[in-house]
Amino acid sequence: MISFSWRFIRMWQRNSDVFLRLWRSEIPGFVIEPLLVLVAMGFGLGAYVGLVDGQRYIEFITPGIIASYTMFSASFECTYGTFFRMEFQKTFDAIIATPLNIEDVIAGEIFWGATRSMLTGTMILTVASIFHLVHSPWALLIPIFSLLIGTMFSSIAMLFTSIVPSVNSFNYFFTLFITPMFFFSGVFFPISSFPEIVKNLSWIAPLTPAVHLSRALVTGELHWSLLWSLGLIIILIVLFFSASLVSMRRRLTR
Amino acid sequence: MVKAEGIRKSFGSKIVLRGIDLQVNEGETLAIFGPNGAGKTTLIRMITAVSPPTTGNIWVLGYDLKAHARMVKAMLGVVPQADNLDPDLTVLQNLMTFARYFEIPRQEARQRSMEVLRLFQLDDRCKGKIDELSGGMKRRLLIARGLINQPRILILDEPTIGLDPQAKYLVWDKLRELKSQGVTQLLPTQNMEEASTLCDRVAIMHQGKVLALDTPKKLIAQYVGDDIWEIEINSGEWDKLRGKLENNRLESEKVGGKLHVFHVSDRELLRRLVDIPESLSRRHATLEDVFFKITGRTLAE
Ligand SMILES: Nc1ncnc2c1ncn2[C@@H]1O[C@H](COP(=O)(O)OP(=O)(O)OP(=O)(O)O)[C@@H](O)[C@H]1O
Ligand SMILES: [Mg+2]
Repeated sequence: MISFSWRFIRMWQRNSDVFLRLWRSEIPGFVIEPLLVLVAMGFGLGAYVGLVDGQRYIEFITPGIIASYTMFSASFECTYGTFFRMEFQKTFDAIIATPLNIEDVIAGEIFWGATRSMLTGTMILTVASIFHLVHSPWALLIPIFSLLIGTMFSSIAMLFTSIVPSVNSFNYFFTLFITPMFFFSGVFFPISSFPEIVKNLSWIAPLTPAVHLSRALVTGELHWSLLWSLGLIIILIVLFFSASLVSMRRRLTR
Repeated sequence: MVKAEGIRKSFGSKIVLRGIDLQVNEGETLAIFGPNGAGKTTLIRMITAVSPPTTGNIWVLGYDLKAHARMVKAMLGVVPQADNLDPDLTVLQNLMTFARYFEIPRQEARQRSMEVLRLFQLDDRCKGKIDELSGGMKRRLLIARGLINQPRILILDEPTIGLDPQAKYLVWDKLRELKSQGVTQLLPTQNMEEASTLCDRVAIMHQGKVLALDTPKKLIAQYVGDDIWEIEINSGEWDKLRGKLENNRLESEKVGGKLHVFHVSDRELLRRLVDIPESLSRRHATLEDVFFKITGRTLAE
């Protein structure tokens, strides 16, 4: 495999320059929406839900909201975002004629997606802290955690982007993969409350270990089983990251 | 400087390049002249390392492209045929960001960017959006972008297409200046004037092959002779006349409603063969004539 180099940072900088120019139009997606969901579900549904250990429902869902919206940020960036740059704007065509190669470009895209996740995660954490929903100093690790989760979901999204024929195909990705995870990976309800078959699917969904880790960091209740979640996330990153580089080279080599 | 050997390229079952051998010497300007679909852009994409040949080898500055793509790309200036400016960035940002891909320090990049923007009269647009530029302005910016890394080899795919005469001469002047500084240039073009005034040698490309490669002068002398005789007659009489010409060993070609006769040494003979002498006229031969002659013949084969 021809691999990427430090030059990926140039692609990352290109994207961050664009973001700094246009960030105002991005606010609804990465700040307002997660807070709406948090408030609506937390207070609305929370009024009817009693948790065993006396925790408030809104506190229960906060870590999951953080994990899910880091997922959404990375996934949008590396599906629609990447596809637009690649196919409609021909941005990559220009860049691969410079010392950057395809792998640098794609790695830059993935790490940019991860960076977007970090911004989202940090933003939600900050607001949640203001409303006293966060009680542990471990939560300070959330930015790094979001970066990691972002890298995982960027890589997964990138692999999908490398094989889609048209922009409409992303409907499948979001409807059949991302949205179900949002509901069934333990964000709103404990996985143990689902029927057997859903439970089994939940255990293999990449969002599940992310929600676990996030919940541990936000509540401060750490235990050894988290290493398993962390290990799983790292394995998925390595797999999907390298697969997406290979697959993107195949797609872009004409 | 640039050497291509046995380049073949196919897309699926479609064969686009059928064995190209080409050498561009140091300091030389080489034009590639050929019709739409000849494979010029495809060849250029291979030489600039953005697309791999199906078979064949390319060396740039002595480096094998397969092993040293990055290093080679750092020394090339590329102006693609299709606009691929970055629409998310402003005019100036386009140049600055491109300079960053080449690791040019910020200060230097800004200075060079402003320089090329002034040169191509885009400096008043430097904060403007790409979408708000006219087609010709985009073209100029694309050329400016290709110069940002001060390349030793410049590859321009139809650089002046869509430019007004003033902008065209501006670009040609710049290319001449770069040539005098020793920059090697490779330029696929449809513009005959561009090929004959700017270039040392011209490669004539057709259906994925290089059919001829020489200085414009020699190509003209070899293929059509210095003068062309044009005969304007009814198309109904073409075949009859061509038969007569052929019997007298005169080569002719139908081009755009006229019959062109090449290598005429005995003009009296020609006058006798043509029934109406007024239909006959003479002019200087150009690269275009060479082009029609060569490509016309292969079409007939
Ligand atoms: N990615 C591709 N997939 C399939 N066919 C292609 C691809 N790129 C180019 N071709 C084909 O290769 C042939 C040569 O195209 P190319 O763009 O190299 O021609 P050209 O000489 O640059 O023409 P023009 O003067 O119109 O720019 C054309 O028939 C074109 O359809
Ligand atoms: Mg072309």
